[in-house]
Amino acid sequence: MVASASTTVPQATALEKGKSAASGRIFSVIIQRIALGFLSLFLVSVVIFGSVSLLPGSFATAILGQSATPETVAAFERQLGLDRPVVERYVKWVSSAAVGDFGNSFSSSPGNPRPVSRLISSRLYNTLFLAFVTALVAVPVSVMLGLVAALFRNTWFDRTLNLSTLTAISLPEFFVAYVLAYFVVMRESFMLTPLGQSLPEWIAAPISRMFTFIPNFPILADISPGMPLSQQLYTCFLPAMTLTLVCTAHMMRMTRAAIINLLASPYVEMAKLKGASPWKVIWHHALPNAWAPIANVVAFNLAYLITGVVVVEVVFVYPGVGQLMVDSVKSRDIPVVQACALIFGASYIILNLCADLITIITNPRLMHPR
Amino acid sequence: MYTIRPGISKLPLSASTVQRRGNFKRALSTMKRAPASAWCGIIIVFAYMVVGLFAPVIAPHGEAQIFAEPFAPWSAEFLLGTDQLGRDILSRLIYGARNTIGIAIFTTLISFTIGVSFGLLAALTRGWVDQFLSRLVDLVMSIPGLIFSLMLLSIFGSSVWNLVIIIAVLDSTSFFRLSRSVGLSVALMEYVEVARLRGEKLRWIVRKEILPNVMPPLVAEVGLRFCFVFLTISALSFLGVGIQPPTADWGSMVRENATLITYGDITPLLPAAAIGLLTVAINFVVDWFLDEVSGLKEEF
Repeated sequence: MVASASTTVPQATALEKGKSAASGRIFSVIIQRIALGFLSLFLVSVVIFGSVSLLPGSFATAILGQSATPETVAAFERQLGLDRPVVERYVKWVSSAAVGDFGNSFSSSPGNPRPVSRLISSRLYNTLFLAFVTALVAVPVSVMLGLVAALFRNTWFDRTLNLSTLTAISLPEFFVAYVLAYFVVMRESFMLTPLGQSLPEWIAAPISRMFTFIPNFPILADISPGMPLSQQLYTCFLPAMTLTLVCTAHMMRMTRAAIINLLASPYVEMAKLKGASPWKVIWHHALPNAWAPIANVVAFNLAYLITGVVVVEVVFVYPGVGQLMVDSVKSRDIPVVQACALIFGASYIILNLCADLITIITNPRLMHPR
Repeated sequence: MYTIRPGISKLPLSASTVQRRGNFKRALSTMKRAPASAWCGIIIVFAYMVVGLFAPVIAPHGEAQIFAEPFAPWSAEFLLGTDQLGRDILSRLIYGARNTIGIAIFTTLISFTIGVSFGLLAALTRGWVDQFLSRLVDLVMSIPGLIFSLMLLSIFGSSVWNLVIIIAVLDSTSFFRLSRSVGLSVALMEYVEVARLRGEKLRWIVRKEILPNVMPPLVAEVGLRFCFVFLTISALSFLGVGIQPPTADWGSMVRENATLITYGDITPLLPAAAIGLLTVAINFVVDWFLDEVSGLKEEF
């Protein structure tokens, strides 16, 4: 950004003046956006906390069962602090959640408390690890592919890519996951399948040999904290691969659409008419404006990753937050579900906040005010 | 997303609400010009409809009929084998078309009704109603859909009705946003102003002037939202918190028989492939529909 500024501004004083005004404006916009982020974080926490009050019947009877005597219900409510006013309970919940204390799981017995934070902490690392590995591969690949598809739009390359990504986003995540798992299984048992047996030997044998080139990735991705990094990467290959495929398809399509949209704008046409080289048009005129849509696309898809992670973790029995959340939904362990929802919701908001901040910072109109 | 494209819908299948009888011939000629992908899409969607509607006739066995041998291989009697309890997988696949698609269509329609009525309400009344509804929708949309529905399911318990209502309400937000933005621009059109000056009642204006003009983008959105709802319900059922057994459903069928995959059997993948095929088909049809509708705009 700085490089493009210094080439276009004629006078040093004007540059200085413009810069200080610009930074002041950017600063105030950024502050506003961060405040808005905190506001939505607050509201989301209120929704997550408040939705429990939608529970049919009271909180206590839902856990203790309909046959609980009024005394047990009262005692239970006192123990959980449910007899306190709502605002006080919310403040207590959210302030302890802020320091990582989400209360006790419903599965804890009187002598054996199971704090939610202990259930979550190791799993949170695993989920973040999976998401990080996926993002590290998916973001550069899909932005590059999207860019290339947009530049060579309506060629066979673009069409093939378009059709395959449309298929990828239309398939449920668990389908992609199981197909990958199936390939790994095939490395040993292709000859035993009906297809392998019905094909003549000279076709089946090479196919079978081809499958054996697939490394024996574990289908049950039981990652553990003690493993060395390479082992961890190897273990989470299949879940990461699934997420990468699905996420890349989404991200590529959106990047392509954003870039095509951008290339249709008047200033790009103007630059072309001036006779600028295609490379210069993209690098100098389109790209400074492209950061914002690309950042939005990336953030949107990383947020999408959050929901995709739930299904994929269940398929590969990956010990992450998503799997914990699904298990807790089944057993209706509401404190754990709330904590997971808060974590997922907060990361979603933070990702969107980051995208908006990048949009603001890289916006050429804010950088060079008239 | 796409921009507003006013025009008349020409797709007789999904847009029958706005289809006038006089346009039938034009619709037919449009159908003839449709690209191959759209034709594939229409045929596939039609095939699914037939299978879903006539499931009891087509299916060789009952939906929850249990036979002696669980996990039976493919054979003449059980074309796709049996599942973990000994139920015929082909029959369940066929009944699954009825249950899964039926529930998804129903959810989409509820979602459409809620979203569009509130969206048009916001667009027409403006003021604090619009502000309140829009901020509420922003709030709901700031929590990832699957996570929100998982949380609500844990509170209300997982049953089909809870699932339908939760997904419909959460998903109506996108119908709200679209119908509000389209409604806002249509409400500024001269013909609405004329109707208002003529002294027509609000209900009449909405039914006769606004709805026909906001329909095309909304119909396309119905197709896309259906895909989304369909995938969400399948994902939740797959996770075991959606449609509950013994109802045959594609998502839960995959989960129940997933162990077969480790023995190199592709049967559990078939329901998932069925989901994918339908979604791709609908996407083809919607793409073509949007193309047609936006093409019309240039003719006018």
